[in-house]
Formats: sequence, C-alpha cells, structure tokens
Amino acid sequence: MSALVVRALSKSFGGLHVARRIDLRVEPGERRLIIGPNGAGKTTLFNLITGELAPDSGSIELFGRDITGMASRKRTHLGMARTYQIITLFPHDTIAHNVTLALLGLSPLRWNPLIALNRQRHLAAAAGAALERVGLDQIAGRRLAQTSYGERRRVEIAMALAQNPKVLLLDEPFAGLSIDERQDVRKLLAAIPRDVTIVMIEHDMDTALDLADRITLLHFGEVIVEGTRAEVVADPRTREVYLGE
Amino acid sequence: MSNPVAAAVSVKRVAGALAVLALIAVPYTVKEVYYVNIASQILLYAVFALGLNVLVGYAGLVSLGHAGLFGVAAYALAYMLAAGAGHAIAIVTALVVSLAATAGFAALSLRATGISFIMITLALGEILWGLAYRWISITNGDNGISVTSRPAPFGLPLDSARSFYVATLIVYLIALAASAIFVRSPLGAALAGTRDQPRRMNALGYHVWMIRFWAFMFSGLLTSLAGILFVYYTQFISPQALALTASAEGLLMVISGGAGTLLGPAIGAALVVIVKNVVSAYVERWNFMLGAIFVAIVVFMPEGLVPGAVRLTRAAWRAATRQKSAAAAAGGKQ
Repeated sequence: MSALVVRALSKSFGGLHVARRIDLRVEPGERRLIIGPNGAGKTTLFNLITGELAPDSGSIELFGRDITGMASRKRTHLGMARTYQIITLFPHDTIAHNVTLALLGLSPLRWNPLIALNRQRHLAAAAGAALERVGLDQIAGRRLAQTSYGERRRVEIAMALAQNPKVLLLDEPFAGLSIDERQDVRKLLAAIPRDVTIVMIEHDMDTALDLADRITLLHFGEVIVEGTRAEVVADPRTREVYLGE
Repeated sequence: MSNPVAAAVSVKRVAGALAVLALIAVPYTVKEVYYVNIASQILLYAVFALGLNVLVGYAGLVSLGHAGLFGVAAYALAYMLAAGAGHAIAIVTALVVSLAATAGFAALSLRATGISFIMITLALGEILWGLAYRWISITNGDNGISVTSRPAPFGLPLDSARSFYVATLIVYLIALAASAIFVRSPLGAALAGTRDQPRRMNALGYHVWMIRFWAFMFSGLLTSLAGILFVYYTQFISPQALALTASAEGLLMVISGGAGTLLGPAIGAALVVIVKNVVSAYVERWNFMLGAIFVAIVVFMPEGLVPGAVRLTRAAWRAATRQKSAAAAAGGKQ
C-alpha cells in the first residue's frame, strides 16, 4: 500500500490553473523531492494534500484511506505533518512551548481547562527529546523572538517531528539558510528514520538532491517529469523548464 | 534566596496576599457607604472585564456586543425575581438563559474573525438592546424592572453595602482564580495559539473553531455573573445596561488595563468606574477626561497599564542594577 496517493488533482483560482490533473504516488519510507520554478504550484499541492485548500476535483489517499474531503486537523491525527515555507511559529512563546503545542495538538489533554500545562512532565520530556533531535535542547527556554532564522527553521522541523508523523511534508526546509546551516539541516533530515515518508519541496537542488529517492518536476501546475534522481536530472524537459537551458 | 525565579514567585505571592487583604479591608477602613459601593462597582465590572478579556486578550477576538450578554443575564434574573421566583432558582435560570444566548452569539459570530467578528458581535448586541427596549411584555421597556431584595446566601443578608461588597469580592476572586487556571491550562495555551497562528494550530491538529467556542462560553459565564451582580447591586435593570456604550466601556477597561493579563481587567475597571463616578462629580466633561486618559495610555503604554507598569519597573530596576555594578567595577579598578 502506498503512503500517499494523489489522483488527477485539480485546482484553479478563476482562470489560473494552479494544479492540473496531478498524479503522485509515494511509497512508504520514500524520500520524494518536488521541484519546479516559482509559481509551479508546489506549495499549492502541499496545501491540497494537507487540506488547507479544497481541490476542485481529484482524490487524495493516505495509506489507502480516502482523505479528499477530510478536515485538515483530522489528517494530522492520521499521521500527516508539515512545515511551512514561510515560518509559521508562535512568536511570543519559548522554543519549548512551540514544540509543546505541537505535541498537545495530538493529545486529548488539549481540551483540558483545569490542569497546569507547565506541570505536564511527559509533554516537557517529549518536547525536550524533539528539540534534542534538531540540536536546540540547550536553548529550549529561549523566546522565539530572540532566535535566529536558522534556529526557527529547525523549530519548524522539531514541531513536525514531535508529532511522530508517518508522512512528513517539508516545504523548502533550506530556504533562507546559510551554507553551514544547510548542512546542519541536511544532516538532520538524513537522520530521520525510514518509517517516516518524506515529501519535500526544495529550490536548492545541490543540497536536496542527494536526499531524494525520486523527483517530481512541476511546471504550471502540471507534472512534467517524474523518476529517479538520475532520470529526472538527465531528462531534457527538466533542463528546459528548471535548469534554464 | 539564591534562586531568582523562586524569589520572584514568592514576592508575587506575598504581594498577592497583601492585595487580597487590602481588598478585604476596604469596607472596614472606608466609612462612607458611597465609596464602598464604588468599590463594589469596580469589582463587578472587573468580573465583566475578565470575561471580555478571555476573548479580547487570549483569543484575539474583539467583541463589541458583550453588554448584550451581560444584559440577558441581568434581565433573566430580574424577570424571574419579579415573577416571584426565589433567588437560587432565579440565578440558575439567569445563568442557563445567558449561556444559551452566549452559545447563539458564538455560533453566529465565530464564522468570522477580525473586523467581521467585531461587526457581528456589534449587531447581535444591538439586537439584544432592541429587544430589551421593545419587548415590553418581558422587559417593561424603557421603564425597566426593579428588584426589591438581595439574596442571603448561607443566611447572611447582602442588604448592606459592606456585605454586598464582600460577596462581590468573593465572586471576583473566584472569577480571577478561574481565569488564572484557564490561562495556564492546555486549553488556555491552545486558545492563545489560535490567537497567534490559527492556521498553524489547525495544521497541528487543533479544532480552532471549537476552542474558540469554549472560550466564548467561558467568557459568557463570567459576563453573566457580572450581569447578575449588577442587578443585585443597582436593584434595577433597564435597556441602558445593554447599550453599545456599555460594551465599549468594557472594551476600554480590558484594553486600558492590559488585554491578555490577569490583573489588567480589574485595573481598567477601576479606572473607568472611578472616572465615571468620582471624577464626574468634580469635572463636568468626564467623558472627555476618560478619552484623554485613554489616549495617554495608548501613547505611553500601548500594551495597557499593567504590562506597561511592569515594563517600566523592569527598565528602572535594570538601570539601577547597571549603575550599581558599574560603580562596583569602578571601585574595583581603583
């Protein structure tokens, strides 16, 4: 059974077709890279998969289960997690609190109005563990406003990992990072175990390429090329639309 | 005490205990009934502002219709009492009716956020005001409903200004404690999350609408308690209590005291009630004064009086310690 199947997914805003009959099949444990020029519809595809946008037609399956019309939050409870290209964190809170909110989102405790959140030891321990994975455990108590851009990118990833997802959608995890920071994040992503399926959008081909098993090239909302790393890189259409020849 | 965090916590506890003692002492040290009544008014409006603060401060949803909910509880209570019901039954009925109204309010207004949310709550508040004004068979229209007696919980009559103040203080402290527990709870943290990043909260698996709904219900509960206290305080209710200005005053209390803080609402309530009642005895244009004070707060402490005062105190403290350490360093060099 595939981890994620997208069939003939279409979406348009007025006359602008942002997704045209997109087909995608990602196997469990696979690392799939989605590339394409600006405006190709990569983030839109993520928003359709996570349910933040409703498709005009087509279907989405998560481990064989049709989730096309399912509310976004319920998909999270089925094991889907994402990060955002534009960092979307809680600016007034500490790094640890950001990750705690990610953990709480899947816990029935989130409805409890009577207990003190900061006394929930198991949540604090789990948040600490997630931050250790991304190397931020030393500054867990720092407020987000006092962190660097690179640290925030890692908080994004820590929040997604804390939810222990089966399918992880990473929207440009290297965007805006320095060369050193890119290497840190690359190592971090490479260390994610294979029981997590990863779909990643990335502009930075050099850093992302060797993480990918298969690559899908989008252009104007359409899948142009799909195949293994070597196949896609060698394909003349890739060169045409993406590598700029 | 070597641990600065523990020291800060114990300082806060001592300050809190002293504040509660001071509040208890008010009716015994202030002899004039008038001022005891002003203190009662401040506390009942502080409960109202605490309720509004749940939405404005913690949910990031500005309601301009809360006086309507305040009024529903007040009218339901007055109607039941006028119909001859006992206090306990009247109070329970008032809470049930106003919570039902709150649920309706929430269901209609939570379809939107931001400006649209404000406009929907404004419209709903005006509808309730219109009902109070025009549904004469229930509300007695402009003449309002008089309430002849106050309850006597546990056999203690609340007829005197002093005993009523103590009862109001107890309700306020319960409302404050409930707010404090709520804000620190997982649901409170989730609510603050929906204020800052609703989209992310949804993606993290939270039911944003439902979280806001329960926050609205909690807000409505505190608002209803304030409405009940109000009827017993004035022993009269008329459509004026539901007017847009009453909602705006509540908002003024929350914002001037400090939205999203636990003590801000009480400070804001004190400011508005004192200017409205005490200052107005000396200054004819008290509305102008209230406006001027509000402008000054917005200019100098845009975050509100409580967080503003904390910020200024911290800055002064830091400046003092810096001077001290600079002096020590200079002394060490010599």
